Amino acid sequence: MYAHPFSYHRAASIEEASKLLQQLGDEARLIAGGQSLIPLMKMRLARPTALIDINFIPSLDVIQRNNGELRLGALVRHTEIEHSEIASSIPIVHDCAAGIADVQVRNQGTIGGSLAEADPSGDWAVALLALDSFVHCFRVKSERTVPFNEFIKDAYTSVLEHDEVVREVIIKVPPKNSGGAYVAFKRSAPVYATVSAAAQITLDGKDSCRDARIVLGCVGLMAIHVKRAESALRGKPINDKTIQQAAEAAREAAEPQSDMRGSADYKRTLVAALVKRAIGIAVRRARGEDVEAEHEYVGR
Amino acid sequence: MSDAKQIRVRIRVNGEAREAEVEPRTLLVEFLRDHLNLTGTHIGCDTTYCGACTVLLDGRTVKSCTLFAPMADGCEITTVEGLAKNGNLHPVQKAFAECHGLQCGYCTPGLLLSTLHLLSRTPKPTDKQIRKAIAGNTCRCTGYQNIFKAIRTAAAEMEKR
Repeated sequence: MYAHPFSYHRAASIEEASKLLQQLGDEARLIAGGQSLIPLMKMRLARPTALIDINFIPSLDVIQRNNGELRLGALVRHTEIEHSEIASSIPIVHDCAAGIADVQVRNQGTIGGSLAEADPSGDWAVALLALDSFVHCFRVKSERTVPFNEFIKDAYTSVLEHDEVVREVIIKVPPKNSGGAYVAFKRSAPVYATVSAAAQITLDGKDSCRDARIVLGCVGLMAIHVKRAESALRGKPINDKTIQQAAEAAREAAEPQSDMRGSADYKRTLVAALVKRAIGIAVRRARGEDVEAEHEYVGR
Repeated sequence: MSDAKQIRVRIRVNGEAREAEVEPRTLLVEFLRDHLNLTGTHIGCDTTYCGACTVLLDGRTVKSCTLFAPMADGCEITTVEGLAKNGNLHPVQKAFAECHGLQCGYCTPGLLLSTLHLLSRTPKPTDKQIRKAIAGNTCRCTGYQNIFKAIRTAAAEMEKR
């Protein structure tokens, strides 16, 4: 399949990428890994007239942790996050990276590209909303750091201005008594999830919840931050009853559409099951246990 | 095809420097097949699903139907044509042949490269690691059991070397 013809430009620096976006006009787009954009272009759902390749920009692919922050450069590939010990020190970040599509897509796709695309079925937004995170955006003469909960405005729409480029993602490292998990259900590895859920739980002592974040993916135009599920847990003991209440709140907050991945009812059932599972793993991790969280798909 | 400006793409394929002038929208798989005549890399679904077009790009597997050729400029590519040396099959190829890890063979070039990528990083993979490593490669013939067997056999064979 051929994409609509476009002119190809290679940016040597983030400044040049931003300037090229200005010069080439509204129909120009950046390309990083291309794992979302290229399929859309081949199906002619996207028809940019110019592509600005940022893959050759040096030093945008750095992973570092200092001063209680994990910093992921925009061009860091999902695979690099999956295999990075520094990144995996926040387990929910590892869960997310390791579960995206399949090996080949993770080898090429980037965190910056994924976030800029803002696909309602994307994985990163769900995991990042469960954490205190920020997106550092670059533009010639005006850089800004946007809290992640303000970054995505609608399906396929972020706050990025036309000539603005994601430089890095910044995640505050959760405290020791906090644990998180991101789980998803997919029909097979390469496809988008049917439903995904993230939980980040901070404990008070061993069994009581000091703070909670619960986020759902693929069941709305954007990831859904379920505040009612959080208040079902916050300040209360964590047990079957409170977890059940949180799962019920999530089921109600979901806004699924019936489609080829499943009916709306089926997806609500999945939401409740995945939220329960994510909380269970998050709590065990908050207690210091080493638990593997996995995405479910046929043939796993 | 169109009047979009052609651009020169230079890559090393299986150790050999190759180049061609192409439209920017040329996919890497089309560049390999149509411009360099390396037809061992297959186009299956053409939608980033099946993995038949998997090649190594600087040592990591990618789906070559989901990369524009200019994005691979200056990179090192390994395709299925680069596996056999002096007429001798690579141990991964031998294992697939001996274990009946293929029937029609359409998915095989992609699976061979996914296997090579796995074994280069994880010489002794567990069954679970094998399953995860080939989750992006679809085979409609074998039911995968003989592919798992072939990968385990290849791992043992390469370990001996």
